[in-house]
Amino acid sequence: MKPASFAYARPDTLDEALELLAQHGAEARVLAGGQSLAAMLNMRLVQPRVLVDISGLARLDTIDADETTVTVGASVTQAAVLRWPGLAVQPLLAAALPCVGHPQTRERGTVCGSLAHGDPSAELPLVLAVLGGEVVLQKRGRRRRVAASRFQRGVMLTDIGEDELVTSALFPVRRGPLGTAFREVSPRHGDFAILAVAAVADPAGVTVGFGGIADTPLVRRLGHLEADALADALNAIAWEAGGDSDMHAPASYRRRLVRRLGAATIREACDALPRA
Amino acid sequence: MRYLEPDRRHRVRVCINGSSAEGDAEPRTLLSDFLRHELGLTGTHVGCEHGVCGACTVLLDGRPARSCLLYAVQVHGRTLTTVEGLAAGGELTGLQQALARHHAVQCGFCTPGILMSLTCLLEQEPGAGEERVREALSGHICRCTGYEALVRAALDALDGTD
Repeated sequence: MKPASFAYARPDTLDEALELLAQHGAEARVLAGGQSLAAMLNMRLVQPRVLVDISGLARLDTIDADETTVTVGASVTQAAVLRWPGLAVQPLLAAALPCVGHPQTRERGTVCGSLAHGDPSAELPLVLAVLGGEVVLQKRGRRRRVAASRFQRGVMLTDIGEDELVTSALFPVRRGPLGTAFREVSPRHGDFAILAVAAVADPAGVTVGFGGIADTPLVRRLGHLEADALADALNAIAWEAGGDSDMHAPASYRRRLVRRLGAATIREACDALPRA
Repeated sequence: MRYLEPDRRHRVRVCINGSSAEGDAEPRTLLSDFLRHELGLTGTHVGCEHGVCGACTVLLDGRPARSCLLYAVQVHGRTLTTVEGLAAGGELTGLQQALARHHAVQCGFCTPGILMSLTCLLEQEPGAGEERVREALSGHICRCTGYEALVRAALDALDGTD
């Protein structure tokens, strides 16, 4: 379980990092916290020729918040976001982060790294998708923003070009009365979820998302439904997603979690919605 | 920019357990292997080598990190603490004594990693309760103790910090 050989580059500026990616393309891999990448390197599931370590780029190590958006830079760790005093403006992110790995991995693992890794059961891609957030991608001479719904394309498959770097993630801040909830079922706290559910309720309805049952986060918008109608809607979502069987759970269990955990999470979000 | 060629050994300098130390490492050398083979600090144990078991946890700049998910070249110039740094003067720390008192060590394989995570918790959050202790322990696999003795020991040590 030792990685294959690679060169190690630690650029001092963002331009240097982008230059390295332009030069090496698909043979380079970006290293931030390494909590997913190093495991894959050690198992030789990936064998890049160059690792580009962006963890020292101060410009990417910032959390910025304005009226509409919380912007998390690419080298910001999950633990740093949890310790950020302004996190209350982003309650869904605050609720989901304690479920992302363990305290020891959150100290190194980054928010953007989790998004770039694109695991279908990971919490942060689900949160970004439910909030309708975006990812900022940069390469030499070009910068673009991609909506979460188009960023993650499949299992560990994203829209990142081979010479592109995720520089930040944009989590929208919504105004007005909201209720949020995040729940998941996993074999051990901090492990990848068998099913994760995120819900944001507003006066007009609920946006709910599921991780762990489809190749990418599955997000749906529902009205405020009575119990029977909600059960029907969740049942339809469960069968639409289908889910796969693996060593942790059969597909039927995942569909049951969509119905039960889905209903409980939506209820919690609606209960948290301040009454007008 | 630092650019280190593959298949060659590069000088890595660290401050470890209060002293400076240096050794050579290829870019692909895991920090856990660097500690054990290059610096001779075999207190850090190596279990799964993909970040799941927690046995290799050390403190990097005071915060817990899996040394199997770091490459030695990444920590050049940084500060590390390993289990050897805890009873540096020969006397066990309060936490180590609590683990002994509560029989929270059986085979001892997971113990160095758990000590590092709990040492950080005690330092950062002296008021931590059982929930935080269990959360810290969730990042470690112990197949002997059933964790209960570990939880009791950590809470006992936390009581002693106020």
